[in-house]
Amino acid sequence: MDCYTADWNPLGEAAFYRKFELYSMDWDLKEPLRDCLVAAAPYGGPIALLRNPWKKEKSPSIRPLLQIYSSSGVALASLLWKSGPVVLLGWSAEEELLCVQEDGSVLVYGLHGDFRRHFSMGNEVLQNRVLDARVFHTEFGSGIAILTGAHRFTLTANVGDLKLRRMPEVPGLQALPSCWTVLFQDRVTLVLLAIGPDLYLLDNTACSGVVPPGLAPGVSDFLQMAVSFNYRYLALFTDTGHIWMGLASLKEKLYEFNCNIRAPPKQMAWCSRPKSKQKAIVVAWERRLLVAGDAPESIQYKQLTIEVLLDRLVLRRLYPLAIQICEYLRLPEVQGISRILAHWACYKVQQKDVSDEDVARAINQKLGDTPGVSYSDIAARAYGCGRTELAIKLLEYEPRSGEQVPLLLKMKRSKLALSKAIESGDTDLVFTVVLHLKNELNRGDFFMTLRNQPVALSLYRQFCKHQELETLKDLYNQDDNHQELGNFHIRASYAAEERIEGRVAALQTAVDEYYKAKNEFAAKATEEQMRLLRLQRRLEDELGGHFLDLSLHDTVTSLLLSGNNKRAEQLARDFRIPDKRFWWLKLTALADREDWEELEKFSKSKKSPIGYLPFVEVCMKRRNKFEAKKFAARVSPEQKVKAFLLIGDVTQAADVAIERRNEAELSLVLSHCTGASDGATADKIQRARALAQRK
Amino acid sequence: MAFPHRPDAPELPDFSMLKRLARDQLIYLLEQQHEVDKLYKVENKPVFSTSEQLCFLVRPRIRNMRYIANLVNTDKMAGRTRRYKVIFSPQKFYACEMVLEEEGIYGDVSCDEWAFSLLPLDVDLLSMELPEFFRDYFLEGNQRWINTVAQAVHLLSNLYGPFANCYGIGRCAKMVYETWRELEEEEEGEIKGQKPEIGRIFLLDRDVDFVTALCSQVVYEGLVDDTFRIKCGSVDFGPDVTSSDKSLKVLLNAQDKVFNEIRNEHFSNVFGFLSQKARNLQAQYDRRRGMDIKQMKNFVSQELKGLKQEHRLLSLHIGACESIMKKKTKQDFQELIKTEHALLEGFNIRESTSYIEEHIDRQVSPVESLRLMCLLSITENGLVPKDYRSLKTQYLQSYGPEHLLTFSNLRRTGLLTEQVPGDTLTAVENKVSKLVTDKAAGKLTDAFSSLAKRSNFRGISKKLGLIPRGDSEYDLKVPRDMAYVFSGAYIPLSCRIIEQVLERRGWLGLEEVVRLLNGNEFAVTDMIPEESAPSDSLRLVLVVFLGGCTFSEISALRFLGRERGYRFIFLTTAVTNSARLMEAMSEVKT
Repeated sequence: MDCYTADWNPLGEAAFYRKFELYSMDWDLKEPLRDCLVAAAPYGGPIALLRNPWKKEKSPSIRPLLQIYSSSGVALASLLWKSGPVVLLGWSAEEELLCVQEDGSVLVYGLHGDFRRHFSMGNEVLQNRVLDARVFHTEFGSGIAILTGAHRFTLTANVGDLKLRRMPEVPGLQALPSCWTVLFQDRVTLVLLAIGPDLYLLDNTACSGVVPPGLAPGVSDFLQMAVSFNYRYLALFTDTGHIWMGLASLKEKLYEFNCNIRAPPKQMAWCSRPKSKQKAIVVAWERRLLVAGDAPESIQYKQLTIEVLLDRLVLRRLYPLAIQICEYLRLPEVQGISRILAHWACYKVQQKDVSDEDVARAINQKLGDTPGVSYSDIAARAYGCGRTELAIKLLEYEPRSGEQVPLLLKMKRSKLALSKAIESGDTDLVFTVVLHLKNELNRGDFFMTLRNQPVALSLYRQFCKHQELETLKDLYNQDDNHQELGNFHIRASYAAEERIEGRVAALQTAVDEYYKAKNEFAAKATEEQMRLLRLQRRLEDELGGHFLDLSLHDTVTSLLLSGNNKRAEQLARDFRIPDKRFWWLKLTALADREDWEELEKFSKSKKSPIGYLPFVEVCMKRRNKFEAKKFAARVSPEQKVKAFLLIGDVTQAADVAIERRNEAELSLVLSHCTGASDGATADKIQRARALAQRK
Repeated sequence: MAFPHRPDAPELPDFSMLKRLARDQLIYLLEQQHEVDKLYKVENKPVFSTSEQLCFLVRPRIRNMRYIANLVNTDKMAGRTRRYKVIFSPQKFYACEMVLEEEGIYGDVSCDEWAFSLLPLDVDLLSMELPEFFRDYFLEGNQRWINTVAQAVHLLSNLYGPFANCYGIGRCAKMVYETWRELEEEEEGEIKGQKPEIGRIFLLDRDVDFVTALCSQVVYEGLVDDTFRIKCGSVDFGPDVTSSDKSLKVLLNAQDKVFNEIRNEHFSNVFGFLSQKARNLQAQYDRRRGMDIKQMKNFVSQELKGLKQEHRLLSLHIGACESIMKKKTKQDFQELIKTEHALLEGFNIRESTSYIEEHIDRQVSPVESLRLMCLLSITENGLVPKDYRSLKTQYLQSYGPEHLLTFSNLRRTGLLTEQVPGDTLTAVENKVSKLVTDKAAGKLTDAFSSLAKRSNFRGISKKLGLIPRGDSEYDLKVPRDMAYVFSGAYIPLSCRIIEQVLERRGWLGLEEVVRLLNGNEFAVTDMIPEESAPSDSLRLVLVVFLGGCTFSEISALRFLGRERGYRFIFLTTAVTNSARLMEAMSEVKT
């Protein structure tokens, strides 16, 4: 047994610890660590070192070296720092190195020392310089908090989605606070700072004083503060040598410990044991280390998920190893191998010494059509590296044409984007591209582009019909589409124009367009309408009543109904209303007026071009059998049966049918023999039929 | 009557799942997501409500966006602040958001989608309720709904298994097919192993057969639609039908036992059937006489309710019949039908033309006149120039000059065109197709057909035998073919095409017909291994009508199914009829 416990040493009364070396650091440091800015990424990630010459020397003659090591000390990158003085190094959760400069600009590097981007923390920071800074991690991502020379705080909660927040002023803050930290409560980022014996909490809108519950008296300064990784716990080190440990909300004290050391510690940090949830704090001075807590026995440890592990391997460009792990764990392709290959491809496009063709071919060979690989993502990366041609080549491998569109738009290949959008069948995408083109191109080019793409054109045209009438007109003009231009002005003549002069003018324009379109019919019809409109206007002036916008037929009917027979006839002649129509129209109007005398006069005015059955019909519609009978006698022989049936005279109908020996008419009459008195008539028809058959 | 299905006919899939799915989604959206407690119709009217929020459930139409913008802006002017939510169904379109933005209210409104596209109107009828599909696609050339239809087909194949065979004809059908296949490919691997429940799918563009949709309907359900307009599977019967002072909203589907027996019948049989039914009912009521107390108790508790229900339905449909008879069996209607038949058969064209002219002169009905003009044009491959001009002139005189635009629309869709002098196109086409290969000829035909859409109805009718020979009286009580839905005068072209392709398992032997139909046919028979499709499933056929189908077509295919042992399921962008088609093409002053 003793061989297992030999290297364990007692720690206090109930705990033991042991110390053994997992591995030795591979690095060969040229500078002592104390002269360097150091940042170690969370979860055993990489370590960045930058000799900090700006601390002591005013004008550095030699440029410092930025070095990145793996956590075991393997050199990953080394580059000369050519930019301005750096205040703080820190790692984002995505393992990007954030270098916060004195002027408030932040330079971002990958873990291989590849420059990614830079951003500024704002004008206020630039003017007042950075005094102090912190990198912090929350569920929103990795953030940066800055304390400026004007003793104001500025922060961003997520460097990936930069939104700068300037925190409210701290009243009476004239010097650097003795210590400060970033808190995160209820999804809000806060700053906690200490000035002498007082603690202040800064939120978005206000600065308020806070007091930690149960703090031992006599404190005139807070020397150090530390918040736990999950922002639940806070530790304060006071100038009385006390360590206060409690909830970060400052609502509850958990533990207080007097360590009897009054010197300011160099560093203080939380550690905890995941299973027992026991919390402890580690405090470091120059030559002393102290662990305080209920049962301080384990260092912080957090289990990495397999996805995070794979991401880390990918970041370190250990693609084959990552793929082997995926295969070993039998991860589904989309989550595993495809994702890693996609990352590999994104790395591949950054190799600038390889030609576009070769890169594209190499990527396609390896990826083929592996499910879950998005060629458009890879192409976007290529474009990000300034390789537009390569991006276009890669996009050609993207099977879903819709996916190609956003990047093509970004690369200003809008016309290609339009064809791809149309190919995708997604009309919404087409419409998006169309509007993009509308803003990007001048009107002429825009129309020309649409002209070559009927699908897009009809989509846009339909939109314009509802929303942009003037553009619609321009579109037709561009195409010399006189037919549609004519239609356009016709519609305008009743939808857009109200004054009669305006309407006639719109119609005149329509006429001109129709003639250009060689549509003589439409032109003539429109000219007639202009004539009619003017005439209707005159009728309204002279006779009163409503005429405008009636059809020609209804205009004449209106005149007849109001007894203006002469005007009606004049109008019919002027507009060459065919005789047949005029007869229909007039007899219907007279019947509606129940002007039977006039109707009879009309019927005798000349031979009716529509026969006399219609006269019978209109009378019967008004239930005037007396008048109907008069006309029934004048109906032509072919229609006589119908006429008699209409007035309900079955006997006469039967006589006519028998006389005409028409079988169809006979059965028609027979089907009307339903009344009690019709028996004799039915017999008569049957007899006639029998007779006809015998013959 | 109401022929039973063949004993071996496959069972229909259960579509109530779609209804439940849609209902649950909607309830979730309205109650959970948006806390809606009251619904109003979206109109261009001010809203008098004190609610803190207004939620609009709308079709993605620009007009609707304007209404909403007016409402919001009215509120703004009155200094009133509320939350506004717009739920688009079945999807949101970018153009709609653009309008909201241009009207300056995009920031005030939050948008959501309700991806509901398949409404089961009946056990065998799914409607997308998208009447605008017809005008959008066939007139404006807007393809925005193609994706929606493809999604719907995709959903069906997810729920009821893959299809074994797919047939189709028409440009839109082809695009829907391709978009749908892309959706399937994206998900390949996730839905493996499911057995097909519906074995075949047939996609058909409405413009392949305008003729059928333009005919007056004479089977009961179609006639009810033409007369009273069935909306979303229900109809408003007015006081003349209910013989009371109230209107009644009645659901028309297979649940209505009386309706289910007469819906597919030629109208001439319906009245006889209903009176027989009434007599039977009376007899059942009469059984009460001479019952002892126990029997009576039994009768009241078990049978009476059913009888009363039947009684109610019976009197409704008798009322509807009377109302239809009053409107339709007059001399006028018979002459109208006679004219239609003459047009379909292609005789007495002069007489029919005069009939139409008189119809216009008398201002009988703007929609009806237009329909007859279109029917004349399509059956005759366009109007002769003289008639084209004079009929249009007459129409404009009757109904107003704005219909110049209606005629422009009809011309563009090929519904009302002018004959090409001397039929030169056909001559050139024939010559060209003899000279070059089939494929090139197909392309050339495409080019020609875009010059002038040709209906070629006469030729197609001859090839497919659409007009039954009139050597004996057609007994409408015992139909012998699908022509019964048009009184034995005409077999609906759309249904005939489907019948032929199913029988031949493809387009082989129909080459000439396909050419006359302007091509774009396809048949895919290797979508899944043949042996993995249960034989039952292959007799279950989903017919997709792009641009709408009529109840007459549904009745005809139900008949075909009974004859051949198929069951048809209908998926349509909307149920349509001649009046709806004409109204979609008409320009009206607003």
